[in-house]
Amino acid sequence: MPSRRRSDRGPAARPAIVPVPVPVVIALVIGLLAGLATMAGLAVVMGARAQQQVQPLVADLSKHLVAITTAFSGTDVLLFGATDGPGDVVLVVRGPRTTKVVRKKARLAGVIWANRDSVTYDNVPAFYQVFASRPLEEIAPKSVLSRHQIGTENLVFTKVDQSVTDSFVPGFRAALVRLNQKQQLYGEGVLPVTQLANRLFRAELHFPANVPTGSYSVEVYLIRQGDVVSAEITPLVISKIGLGAEIFDFAHQQAPLYGLAAILVAVITGWAAAIMLRRN
Amino acid sequence: MQIYLPIAEMSVNVLVILGMGWAIGFLSGVFGVGGGFLMTPLLMFLGVPPPVAVGTGANQIVASSVTGVIAHTRRGHVDFKMGGVLLVGGILGSTAGVWLFALLQRLGQIDLAISLCYVLFLGVVGGLMLVESAQAMIRSHRKGARPRSGAGRHNWIHGLPFKMRFRKSKLYISALLPMGVGFFVGVLTAIMGVGGGFVMVPAMIYLLGMPTQVVVGTSLFQIIFVTANTTFLQAALNQTVDVVLALLLLLGAVVGAQAGAQAGARLKSEQLRILLALLVLVVGGKLAYDLVAIPDDVFTLISELP
Repeated sequence: MPSRRRSDRGPAARPAIVPVPVPVVIALVIGLLAGLATMAGLAVVMGARAQQQVQPLVADLSKHLVAITTAFSGTDVLLFGATDGPGDVVLVVRGPRTTKVVRKKARLAGVIWANRDSVTYDNVPAFYQVFASRPLEEIAPKSVLSRHQIGTENLVFTKVDQSVTDSFVPGFRAALVRLNQKQQLYGEGVLPVTQLANRLFRAELHFPANVPTGSYSVEVYLIRQGDVVSAEITPLVISKIGLGAEIFDFAHQQAPLYGLAAILVAVITGWAAAIMLRRN
Repeated sequence: MQIYLPIAEMSVNVLVILGMGWAIGFLSGVFGVGGGFLMTPLLMFLGVPPPVAVGTGANQIVASSVTGVIAHTRRGHVDFKMGGVLLVGGILGSTAGVWLFALLQRLGQIDLAISLCYVLFLGVVGGLMLVESAQAMIRSHRKGARPRSGAGRHNWIHGLPFKMRFRKSKLYISALLPMGVGFFVGVLTAIMGVGGGFVMVPAMIYLLGMPTQVVVGTSLFQIIFVTANTTFLQAALNQTVDVVLALLLLLGAVVGAQAGAQAGARLKSEQLRILLALLVLVVGGKLAYDLVAIPDDVFTLISELP
């Protein structure tokens, strides 16, 4: 009966449907298809999420705080982790963001070398190292590397100020990287990640004695067929601890008082030396 | 044995710093100079940032000058009145110098200013000393030593106003003159991180005409206050005084100064002065060469303070 009723209604309703223009139908179909596609996409994403829940990549550091004590002369931190199968592991260690000025010397009056031109960069990581299991260009295409700022050539520095025309800027940018490498603050090329049985990986991070203090991030990327499949960021704090930290805080937070204390220490030491000299 | 310097933010070998302090203390014991003109360039050579080398150098000189003044006061070789007048100029000069230092640092020309000052003054002072001591040596070979007399000269200097009597120095001159010398040396202290004794001493002898025996003690007396002022201002404005580094240098210098004084007693004063002059010229020559020679890298990198 209901079907009949429906068919009864049918003819009555039909005139309403028929006038619907063809383009609208097409639009509806497209909309439906798009909806389906979205749902399918969502399903894929959900699938990926589900996969991430079983964690294709886990990594951790042997320590999350590097303490710079008075006896500090550089330190090693071990990064270790596991993947859920074969794939390339790329590691990026990034120091806190700083502002740096690159200056170029030029001959003054044809005799003396003096600083003349400069370019100021912001967003310069104070420390930067890349670790990978293979050469970067074999792991991922340029677009992927530059999106994640992997490799010194893909770092994005913000130019704040410049005294030269744009055509000279690349030279200053190259110098910025090169001088940081000279101070061992930027890694030269790619440092090794050791992989074991396609599952476990480890890397030795070395921080030199002149390592800048601040909050670091250690980014770990799992790359398959040139795509980043998974990524993890682990924080690392490098800070002064103990007497050195107290002296630094004193010098920066109560600068005038620190100056007076420095003078007092010098006067007392000088006095003591005079007494010692007299005894001899 | 490494130690981390909290202000310079670098790790250095304790023995290297102690040894450097000892060597400079030894030289100051032998020659009776502060040795700041060697200390600051050596610290920079070790990789200490120039501003920290200058600020810490000033702090270290405070201590070595205190030691020196105590020894000279015992012998009555300090003209406190003259020292006071020099000091007024010195305080003004070092304040202006710290300000100038900050300005040059902003302009990116501080390294050049430090180097140029060193080359100029080390060259002039070293050259004059070499010529003067060579002449003295020749004279003493021909006949007995003939002391040089600065008294009785009359020129425009004696026409200046605000005349003052300095009993210990046996002088009646315008107060503007020592004040000007003090100001000038104060500026150098701030820019070069030196006590300025190597400029002050010749200026006192040749320009003011002071008797030689009170010159060293008096210059050291005023250097204490001028370097203390520089230390305070560098610490307060630029945060560039590293007490750990200064203390290590001091420990070495105290021991070195004693050994130096003993060695100095065995050498003739003309020979001492020729050696010092040569040393000064070598340091100046090295710095001059670095300014003119094609640098290893034309680029330099500086962290901008927030």
